[in-house]
Amino acid sequence: LLRDEIKIKTEMLSKIVRAVVTQSQSNKRALAPFMTSVRRGGTVTEATFQTQPYKLHRLDEPPSTTSICSRDDALLFYRQMQIIRRLESASSNLYKEKAIRGFCHLYSGQEAICVGVKAALRSQDSVITAYRDHGWAYVMGCSIVSIMAELTGRTQGVARGKGGSMHMYTKNFYGGNGIVGAQVPVGAGVALANKYLENGGICVALYGDGAANQGQLYEAYNMAKLMSLPAVFICENNGYGMGTSVDRASASTNYYTRGDYVPGIWIDGMDVLSVREAIRYCIDYCTSGKGPLVLEVATYRYHGHSMSDPGTSYRTRDEIQEVRQTRDPIMLFKDHIIGADLVTADELKKIDNEVRKEVDEAVKIAKTDKEIAVQELATDVYLNPVETTIRGTTPFDPYTHRRLSKVANLH
Amino acid sequence: MNHVRRVFYRERLSGVLSQSFSTSRAATASQLTVRDALNSALDEEMERDETVFLMGEEVAQYDGAYKISRGLWKKYGDKRVIDTPITESGFAGIAVGAAMGGLRPVCEFMTFNFSMQAIDHVVNSASKTFYMSAGLIHVPIVFRGPNGAAAGVGAQHSQCFASWYSQCPGLKVVSPYSSEDAKGLLKAAIRDPDPVVVLENELLYGTSFDVSDEVLSKDFVLPLGKAVVEREGQHITLVAHSRAVMLALEAATALAGEGVECEVINLRSLRPLDEETIVKSVIKTHNLVTVEQGWPQCGIGSEICARVVESPAYHYLESPVIRVTGVDVPMPYAKSLEIACIPQPHDVIKAVKKVLKIK
Repeated sequence: LLRDEIKIKTEMLSKIVRAVVTQSQSNKRALAPFMTSVRRGGTVTEATFQTQPYKLHRLDEPPSTTSICSRDDALLFYRQMQIIRRLESASSNLYKEKAIRGFCHLYSGQEAICVGVKAALRSQDSVITAYRDHGWAYVMGCSIVSIMAELTGRTQGVARGKGGSMHMYTKNFYGGNGIVGAQVPVGAGVALANKYLENGGICVALYGDGAANQGQLYEAYNMAKLMSLPAVFICENNGYGMGTSVDRASASTNYYTRGDYVPGIWIDGMDVLSVREAIRYCIDYCTSGKGPLVLEVATYRYHGHSMSDPGTSYRTRDEIQEVRQTRDPIMLFKDHIIGADLVTADELKKIDNEVRKEVDEAVKIAKTDKEIAVQELATDVYLNPVETTIRGTTPFDPYTHRRLSKVANLH
Repeated sequence: MNHVRRVFYRERLSGVLSQSFSTSRAATASQLTVRDALNSALDEEMERDETVFLMGEEVAQYDGAYKISRGLWKKYGDKRVIDTPITESGFAGIAVGAAMGGLRPVCEFMTFNFSMQAIDHVVNSASKTFYMSAGLIHVPIVFRGPNGAAAGVGAQHSQCFASWYSQCPGLKVVSPYSSEDAKGLLKAAIRDPDPVVVLENELLYGTSFDVSDEVLSKDFVLPLGKAVVEREGQHITLVAHSRAVMLALEAATALAGEGVECEVINLRSLRPLDEETIVKSVIKTHNLVTVEQGWPQCGIGSEICARVVESPAYHYLESPVIRVTGVDVPMPYAKSLEIACIPQPHDVIKAVKKVLKIK
């Protein structure tokens, strides 16, 4: 009975913090590489790391327990994560200055997921996510300028300012979706297209721990399994759905098992290489006709749910600090790659400065660029418009519907 | 261009009495039911374009709940005719994703009443995406199925969704009446790169219409957004869509016997709405009655009336516009009540006589 009591008490701690913080003795994780190549300028060209342990559901083999990281990849992943971190900080400031309006959901703390996933994806693969999409838009190919300008609603924005924070798209990236959970069946549909067209692609459909209880997810899992769709459903579990902790929202918080008959994997989302290896495994699995997988990537968000949420009414500042200090994905990766002599501290500092400069310049453009002409509100409502006019606020001054864009998914 | 057709039809009531009207037939006309028209539209478009596929409940092995997809699964197989579980929200979302990812899905709702479970995908995932993405991502999808009142199916299975869907920018919405409409509009919808909602009518599925050879050809498409004048007349304009067109034509026939000539417009499309055809007709006849089966508030008739009032046709009106609609209650089951809840020819006749101030 005592054991049960202790069990219950420890479970009362935020489950995700437990998972993230106590996963392993983090400081001791950077192993000496056991496979090195020619040294160049004091650094090696590649190093091998151990991945974080995975938890499996209905699977016998885990993703690879090691991950080889090249110097180029190390610099790339570091840079990408820093750009996203910096971009999100800049967005936070712009929002406080009221240059960004409405919704703004920041990804800070979760960078290792989008960078790690993208590192494994091939050109024929697709991604769809929800509204915490800035980092995803970046790794899928949107420029920093276009992302920031979309947030401020200007012409150089990804969607010319017509979409906003939650609606960024590019080739093979289907947003950016505002309705919680809706992106998951849509992602399964993209996977259906991949299978139908035999293009070898998979679709990664992301959602949060809050969305994980949506009925349409289970409808999507069911059909994806029945039809063996190459879909990877990924729960980015950051411990909170808005202000509701996972324990208060979900009767079962083992999100990687929630697919039931769909096999699943739990991954430490603070380790970019673990994420990458997991996705490599998924690609192999899905493209051999075995059907979908459900992943749960344990992560944490530093900011509140959105800019209107300080993020401290439902969790302690200590908790946030603890994750920042012991489990920050960028810090952990930095320790890895410096410790393995893949890069030098100076090189990373140089990247930090470059990133800062790039983001600062993007911020400048985002603030000074103009909004599209008001007439353009009547542009691209239809790809094949039947009518040439669109009714305005009165019948007296109709707008003219125009076609402007180059369609990214024309078929 | 508006064209006038005199509609010859023979209504076949499944299993019960069949009424036939003795009419002379056009020399080159064949008979085609709405069901067969839709079936051949699907078949032809699937043959023409390998990315076109059909998904929905019972569309494959059952041949379709209303047999619209009869024979298609046998011909095209599992890949292109997909039976879905009873999960509208999920499969509508999947259909949208398939459209984004390179296919041209035809997503069937067994009736549009069930589309309410998936309406978020029709409106938020499909219709708004092209605009929100500033034209980057298009969604070439067709949502189709029977809409509106049937016979004795009760309140939850009898709602008309014409108003709900036709309100949404980003969608195109069609509501076919005849077999020609059904074939031409469904083919056009499938070929269209934007999301299209096709509101069919269960009670019309078994109705046979004369069709020309042109309609039977594999490339017969109708333009979206264009209405057709089914019957010319000088005294009053009747505007209707779907099954209400039959109702308007029946009333027109009866009224012609009393010397009142009605011009009957079959809208065919609800979005875009062919305002030009309606306005032109009202300028000619000076009187307007709209006819629909759906509820009155915020109905298609409301929209038509508002548009006419805002148009040059207003000044030609000799009387206020009157709407003939379904009764403003959920649909009852008892037969006589159900009949009373759906407009009948005598309702249209009464409205016309009131508008024209004749007894």
